[in-house]
Amino acid sequence: MSVLSASARSPFVGPEPTSGDRARAQARTRRRLLVNGLRVAVAVVVLGLWELGTSQGEAGPLDPFFYGRPSGIASQLWTWIQNGTAQGPLWLQVATTLEEAALGFLIGVGLGIVFGAALGRIRLLADVFAPYIKALNAMPRVVLGSIFIITIGYGIWSKVALAVVLVFFVVFFNAFQGVREVDRVLLANARILGASERQLATHVIFPSALSWILASLHTSFGFALVGAVVGEYLGAIHGIGIVIATAQATFNPNGVFAAMLILALVAVTAEFGMTWLENRLIKWRPNAVAEIQHI
Amino acid sequence: MTVTTPVLRDYLAKLESELPFGKKEKREILLEAEDHLIEDAARDEAKGMGVDEAERRATRRFGDPQVLARRFAEERAPAIELRGVTKRFLTPAGTAYTALRDLNLSVHVGEFCAIVGPTGCGKSTTLALISGLEPPSEGEVLVDAEPVTGVSKAVGYVFQVDAVFPWKNVLDNVATGPRLRGVERSEANRLARDWISRVGLAGFERYYPHQLSGGMRKRAALAQTLINEPRILLMDEPFSALDVQTRTLMENELLQLWSATRSSVVFVTHDLEEAISLADRVVVITAGPGTVKGVYHVDLPRPRNVSEIRFHPEFARIYQEIWNDLRDEVLVSYERSKRVGS
Repeated sequence: MSVLSASARSPFVGPEPTSGDRARAQARTRRRLLVNGLRVAVAVVVLGLWELGTSQGEAGPLDPFFYGRPSGIASQLWTWIQNGTAQGPLWLQVATTLEEAALGFLIGVGLGIVFGAALGRIRLLADVFAPYIKALNAMPRVVLGSIFIITIGYGIWSKVALAVVLVFFVVFFNAFQGVREVDRVLLANARILGASERQLATHVIFPSALSWILASLHTSFGFALVGAVVGEYLGAIHGIGIVIATAQATFNPNGVFAAMLILALVAVTAEFGMTWLENRLIKWRPNAVAEIQHI
Repeated sequence: MTVTTPVLRDYLAKLESELPFGKKEKREILLEAEDHLIEDAARDEAKGMGVDEAERRATRRFGDPQVLARRFAEERAPAIELRGVTKRFLTPAGTAYTALRDLNLSVHVGEFCAIVGPTGCGKSTTLALISGLEPPSEGEVLVDAEPVTGVSKAVGYVFQVDAVFPWKNVLDNVATGPRLRGVERSEANRLARDWISRVGLAGFERYYPHQLSGGMRKRAALAQTLINEPRILLMDEPFSALDVQTRTLMENELLQLWSATRSSVVFVTHDLEEAISLADRVVVITAGPGTVKGVYHVDLPRPRNVSEIRFHPEFARIYQEIWNDLRDEVLVSYERSKRVGS
């Protein structure tokens, strides 16, 4: 048996770093600086041109009345932070939208996983519901927002409902597919090793579907945000969506852009969190450890 | 054991290690053998022979432990028996495809049986039937003289493709069997560590399958299966994806592990050389629908070294004999695949 251990060497344990390795490391640092520098340059050029184009008022190439101005957006943000929006303090608007999006996201993901897994596992259910799900999915579901506002009212729950509807289908299809695509050999292996039907679900089907489900979470938080904002836009008391609607109604493009900026920040933060969660949950996937091999 | 003389003690110990049975059955056989030997030796002693010499002659008359153990195993009900088994599958086009037709096969307790046949002759289907993963369309499948109704705890199965769970590290993968069967985590991990070092993967407990080479993944799969101590071990071309050197290593390793457990093995392969080097018996299956074309005993000495047994003169003779049968089937299968291809 010692013969075997001799041939079993770690693929990752290499010799000491050589001068070639160090040179490569330096080259990589230089490249990273270059990329980051160029990124900043792109932002400066675009914002600079925008600012310059709108600096001459109506006569210039870009009319600030329609297009807003970067400096105007910044001062609008500052005003909101200091004095609050027409709907009250800025943090309250952000918190309301976030609350709606988060609730919609959680409920939508939960329902999506449960229904996706159920239909993926139970053939009869899948056959019965397939046409309805296809029809509902083909419909532009944003229009449901109007119905939710009529039936549920102006509070946060009509927005949560819209976010749920948008999130549900994304997660549902991924969970459904994930459960269906489970490797048959892995299932057979687990059965032979002694798994009961319930253990099959926890040891094989769920972990296998998890990568599919997690992939859908990236897009679905975006959808939850869309649901919340569009819902607010259609009618609300607080929230970024109603801030945008108000800015639009008062011909205030700087306000619209400022609100967009806030939404972008929220979305990027959520995306970051999602990637972190994904790497934590599926560290067994090759790309999760790809970093090691690049050294 | 009550015997204290070294000759008898050694002999009975050898016999004990060769017998592929459970503790209780072994005891019965050994007690009977002991009685017989003592009686036989006593007759020679009465004629004035020394104790050691008398006992040595008695054991010689009784027989070689390896041969005896096999005879005992053959006398008992086979570990695996397929009686007139036919298996049909429904193709996506809606027609029935017959994978196996009227297959009869039995494997003795503790026997290493290899099944060879051309591609697509239903070798893997045979294993699926024995394991209980698939029911036969006709006929009977018996394991330990009981009809197979589902996946049995006595069965272990090493698959052709990677079947270790990619989301579990090596330790968790190997510990899966005991965990699923209700063993405490700490105890399961202890067992798993033991098996991981037995297959030469010590130090890789925390690695995920994608971080291992093909050969290492196969070792993990072997440990994962063997940790359950299956009395019936089914192997479906387990080493076909490995390079030749790794393969030989793994084959030797398998023989070592097997000789310690004496489980009944059905080893499916398309490689006749592999079949002869490993098995006690080689079964040739016809090109699909599969049925038994011939059964050959491999009387090569054990313990065997897979890389050396090929040069044994008997090996060439057996190879020649089986190949004459197998060649026709391979040709049939090849002609068919050409027709499908064109």
